[in-house]
Amino acid sequence: MTQLDGVVKPKTKRSKRFLQGREPKLNENIKKAMLIKGGNANQTVTQALKDIYSLKKPNAVMYKKKNITRPFEDQSSLEFFSKKSDCSLFLFGSHNKKRPNNLVFGRMFDFHVLDMIELGIEKFVSLKDIKNSKIPEGTKPLLIFAGDAFETGNEHKKLKNLLIDFFRGPTVPCVRLVGLEHVLHITALEGKIYLRSYKVLLKKSGCRTPRIELEEIGPSFDFTMRRIHLASVDLYKTAHRQPKALKPKEKKNISHDVFGMKYGRLHMQKQDLFKLHTRKMKGLKRKAEKAEGEETEAEASTAKAAKNQ
Amino acid sequence: MAACSIEDVLAKAEREEVEKLKSISVHKEQELEFDPGNLFAFDKNPPNIREFRKLNKDEFLRSLARDNTQLLINELWKLPTERVEEVIVAKLPEPTTRLPREKPVPKPRPSTKWEEFAKLKGIQKKKKTNLVWDDVHKEWKRRWGYKRANDDTKEWLIEVPETADPNEDQFSKRIKAKKERVAKNELNRLRNIARGQKIKVPGVGLAPTEQQSKTELGKAIHVAKHSTASVGKFQGNLPKEKTPKNMGKKRKFEPLIGDFSAEKQKQLDLLNIMDSKKPRIDITKAVNKQMREEDRQSGFQKRKSPGKKGRKGNFSGKGKAKGKGKKGGPGGGSGGGNSKGGPGGGKNRKPRMKQGKR
Repeated sequence: MTQLDGVVKPKTKRSKRFLQGREPKLNENIKKAMLIKGGNANQTVTQALKDIYSLKKPNAVMYKKKNITRPFEDQSSLEFFSKKSDCSLFLFGSHNKKRPNNLVFGRMFDFHVLDMIELGIEKFVSLKDIKNSKIPEGTKPLLIFAGDAFETGNEHKKLKNLLIDFFRGPTVPCVRLVGLEHVLHITALEGKIYLRSYKVLLKKSGCRTPRIELEEIGPSFDFTMRRIHLASVDLYKTAHRQPKALKPKEKKNISHDVFGMKYGRLHMQKQDLFKLHTRKMKGLKRKAEKAEGEETEAEASTAKAAKNQ
Repeated sequence: MAACSIEDVLAKAEREEVEKLKSISVHKEQELEFDPGNLFAFDKNPPNIREFRKLNKDEFLRSLARDNTQLLINELWKLPTERVEEVIVAKLPEPTTRLPREKPVPKPRPSTKWEEFAKLKGIQKKKKTNLVWDDVHKEWKRRWGYKRANDDTKEWLIEVPETADPNEDQFSKRIKAKKERVAKNELNRLRNIARGQKIKVPGVGLAPTEQQSKTELGKAIHVAKHSTASVGKFQGNLPKEKTPKNMGKKRKFEPLIGDFSAEKQKQLDLLNIMDSKKPRIDITKAVNKQMREEDRQSGFQKRKSPGKKGRKGNFSGKGKAKGKGKKGGPGGGSGGGNSKGGPGGGKNRKPRMKQGKR
């Protein structure tokens, strides 16, 4: 590929298709995550990264080598990685005395860091520590957040938004009801955030909707909120802006009632009321055979009058 | 008696209903917020902290999760379903949670001049077939591209029209016309792009990238040097810069069968030069050039010599000429003392410089 001013011009059809896949689009691709280890990542953090990688497969990239960067000070290397691997979500794990077992969740907009939240792992139980059968890779999880802290706290709201974005997976038009196997349950209690991952067992209940039983699989985390880096308000606005083409076209002249009744409006031309065709009382005509003389004459006369006018 | 039994039956049925629903119903103070498009539920109820401390943490969280999941599943089972390949599938609505985009909204491609004209006139695009029947070859051929149908450049027989010159090459005429059309198309395509982007892309090298190669830098220097009003004729060189002699064309040859008289003249001149006893180089010119070169070298070395920081400081500010003048002053006429006269010594090709460092 030839390069001019940093713009790569494709030479083959295959590379052209590859570049088109990475262009900004109306309906975007699934967000990919990159999992990076910091300069001093210990066993806990590495295992945590591996577990989250297995949750996010195949829309994730795991960097094997350690990268000595500090996300909160210098974001340039993160942005470079995201440009190279086309990932807009990242998870950076590190460990030092001041901030032990540190995970930084973050996301990008246009390959620049949008927001980052630092969480410290207090307790961590890995996938391999819980010995039971797991779920297949790539299942779209049910996300449940509990706790009023997610409603009241500003930071918690951002965390909720970020975690939804992180674990959401692809947006699908329909889902197989039996295949809803994975639940990620996040609770905010007493200043800590508990993330638990369960397998859903659908049991028979009397009616159509099944009864749920949960079995814990998967990693379980006890987090504490540490630092947070948010973008400016207008950057958020730009990031949330949706293209006009995606908005559903509103149909005019259709309105809905309070009760849900649909009303439509038709526009007609002016009608001549004298030429209106009303109902013809056929039944009356037959009965009027008995009293022919008067009524039929009367009808004929009215009909004539109507015709004349 | 019968009435009682009917009532009993009804009551029993009701109780059974309640029992059935009990297994899937969950009581919550506040309703959860659902986003079925994202398979997302949000429980705003403050969790019972006392129970949390009483029970085992995990047990409490698990029971809370079970309740919330039950509610979410109830909600999902209310969605309209359909059968796709013997599997029951629920149709999800659009996700309601506002999440930021990954990349900015794409800008629409700028329209070409033809597209604007077509829009103005209301010309619709007509869909054409890929293959066209070629009567000559009696097969289906492409409409355009490699081995296309009705290719007039590939004809083996062309009738010379009556109005044309009989000595004209009709085949090459057609090939030239095609080349012209191709070039015109390419030009229009590039013009469309330039109009669309509204950026004037500067020549090579002038918009620098991080690591420029030697050739790129050379090209950039060349372009910069020749962008003056007199096309770089009066631009001096830097100390160690060499003017490139033949930029662009590497070699030029005369055509094989060209001007016969010129060729004859060239051959005769060559013989004359070989016969004459005049030396091929102008000795005076060579000597002067060499002396000048050596002066310059010595001056440069003096400037660079260490320990004479004052002099260095003086030189840096001004231009070349003044710098040389200043050097002349404290240097003590080192340049002046070196002149050995123009044609001093016939074959004095390497006049030696005897001015040492002071």
